[in-house]
Amino acid sequence: MKYMHEYRQAVTIRQLADKIAAVTRQHWTIMEVCGGQTHAIVKYGLQQFLPAQIELVHGPGCPVCVTSIDIIDKAIDIAARPNVIFCSFGDMLRVPGSEKDLQSVKALGGDIRIVYSPMDALTLAQHHPDKEVVFLAIGFETTAPANAMAAYQARKKGINNFSLLTSQFLVPPAIEAMCQSPQSRIQGFLAAGHVCAITGYESYPKLAEKYGVPIVVTGFEPLDILQGIFLCIQQLEQGRSEVENQYSRVVRQQGNLPAQQMINEVFECQSQSWRGIGHIEQSGLKLSEAFRPFDAEQKFGLRDKVSSANNKYDTAGCISGDIMQGLKKPCDCIHFGKQCRPESPIGAPMVSSEGACAAYYRYATFNESDTFNKNAAFNKSDTFNKSTTSEKTTTRRDQ
Amino acid sequence: MTKEQIDINPTCPLPFSDNERILLGHGSGGQLSHQLLTELIYPYFDNPMLATGHDSALLSIGEQRLAFTTDSFVVSPLFFPGGDIGKLAVYGTVNDLAMSGAKALYLSCSLILEEGFPMNTLSKVLASMSQAAKETGIQLVTGDTKVVEKGKGDGVYINTAGIGVVPHDVYIAPQHIQQGDVIILSGDIGRHGMAVMAMREGLEFDNPLNSDCAALSDPIHTLLNEGIAIHCLRDLTRGGLATALVELAETAEKTFIVEETAIPVSEAVTGACEMLGLDPCYVANEGRFIAFIPAAQAETALTLLRDHSVSATSCIIGRVDEDNKSQVIYKTTTGSERLMQRLPGEQLPRIC
Repeated sequence: MKYMHEYRQAVTIRQLADKIAAVTRQHWTIMEVCGGQTHAIVKYGLQQFLPAQIELVHGPGCPVCVTSIDIIDKAIDIAARPNVIFCSFGDMLRVPGSEKDLQSVKALGGDIRIVYSPMDALTLAQHHPDKEVVFLAIGFETTAPANAMAAYQARKKGINNFSLLTSQFLVPPAIEAMCQSPQSRIQGFLAAGHVCAITGYESYPKLAEKYGVPIVVTGFEPLDILQGIFLCIQQLEQGRSEVENQYSRVVRQQGNLPAQQMINEVFECQSQSWRGIGHIEQSGLKLSEAFRPFDAEQKFGLRDKVSSANNKYDTAGCISGDIMQGLKKPCDCIHFGKQCRPESPIGAPMVSSEGACAAYYRYATFNESDTFNKNAAFNKSDTFNKSTTSEKTTTRRDQ
Repeated sequence: MTKEQIDINPTCPLPFSDNERILLGHGSGGQLSHQLLTELIYPYFDNPMLATGHDSALLSIGEQRLAFTTDSFVVSPLFFPGGDIGKLAVYGTVNDLAMSGAKALYLSCSLILEEGFPMNTLSKVLASMSQAAKETGIQLVTGDTKVVEKGKGDGVYINTAGIGVVPHDVYIAPQHIQQGDVIILSGDIGRHGMAVMAMREGLEFDNPLNSDCAALSDPIHTLLNEGIAIHCLRDLTRGGLATALVELAETAEKTFIVEETAIPVSEAVTGACEMLGLDPCYVANEGRFIAFIPAAQAETALTLLRDHSVSATSCIIGRVDEDNKSQVIYKTTTGSERLMQRLPGEQLPRIC
């Protein structure tokens, strides 16, 4: 397929891998911010092409993973009510709340529908004027324009039985928070290409300069990611900390101005709680005053509802916050591949197709191979590999 | 629990808590379906025929060897590009029988109809079933109808069961997979799942998506008639190619090596999967199978398969390796390697 296969070819990838190896002199830790990039790295085994000195850590750019437990609990509360059609992207149905998840509410009769766009939810609201239709509007700057458009159109057309339960996040404040953390090991960032397609990257130079970190706007295909790594390593080795755009076939410096305008019209900034990480100042979006009637938290009287602190997720010992800040890897978690599996997740990163744990689990590599063991992304995975092998053996015998 | 109680029911399934419910993912054909079978269903009905984990049960009655299988069809929408629920209900069961090398003979059919379902639509479904039965030479000889209240069904659900005769010298089963076998795939993957998803969700793509829904018995019988020593067959349905490979590797206790670059996927399916963030290896098919065949007969088998329109683009996608680790090693387009896994639940579209 055009514009896809060209970026996945073994020969070109090998050539770029050789270039990376040639410029790498010392150990560097790089974070890819977006979960889509994490997924591609693990799916295509990109760490296998990198020298042992390059360590990739996985960032917080997975919307399902960072949505707070409060929002999940509020979603469950609304979805269980009669006369409500609750719409969501598919992944959110399996994210554990304090007590249960949305798919168990669905199994008990809640009218929960998987949609592909907030506009589909708006159409449902038009077709069911006797029902309250609520869309779980999660995501980063990538989903914000479409979510904003849904609220904008609802207001314009007077579709008052429609509302959004919002959990919108902003990437640059999260990068800054990680740079400020004394524990941080991150020396360079691969910024999320699709987010930058909306926002542009004019806010990044001051971060790169202030914290002395190279930031490379990077795409999602294997070749994009390796090229992003190459540019980042080149800067690190040369002692530079600048912003570069690897994904220039999609991203412009100013971004998508009409999309930004739509976001600014409908949303305003607020402090946001990131699941497993905590509050980050001005790192989220909420509906602005004019669009408050379309705010599901307000409509259903849930604004001040807070989840019980003693919830299953927090007490289970999920380390997603550490993973998404690049402090740990999925295989450092004692639950990974044991109690926590995609079919019975303890934490959100095991659910989402953009979650680091789900990617590690789904695309597990095998042990007993030097190529893999020297590989930083998997160098602590022996325990996991052994445990899954033994569990699989047990399963097979059970048959 | 006392020892005595344990002894009374040694195959007691795992206890389930009150709040555990059936989820949609239990019907995906992936890991949750596997758990439902192994942890809840098999323990109640443990017997050697069920334990083979094959598409149909092989029964010996006198000197005759019979294959027996059943399948239920709940597809929505009922009519989709390339097929409909009626065709699926016949082909699905005929294909399951063919995967044992059986010649399909007789079919049963149960219709569960929803109050208010248009007779006209039912008539179209039955006409389609009738045509598919004629095509595949199977006779519908018994059946049942039930009607459920409006809102308690989805128009029509169909269950079919089929019986076929297995020739005396044919032994096709996962346990017969041998080291050195090649793995042949009968055509491009992912058509059915993407065609149904696109129609159900109102997604429009530039390239039309058509289901691969088809009967697979003809190419299989050609292989058998021409003396190809088929070790194992599996039609690819829910859970897609990946789940079929993983299940067979586990049942056969063998290692398979599969090349991503060798797996054909149409432009239309590739494009739709890319857009939605789905992996075609996990998307459903209704007219594709994989065959495990001795390497020495691979070229002959491919030539024979390519003579049939349903398997015209058959190709070798991998082989059975020397070790017996019950795993599928997947060589990706980039040149890296990883293990292929079952789909955990349903495959869900990406968010951004």
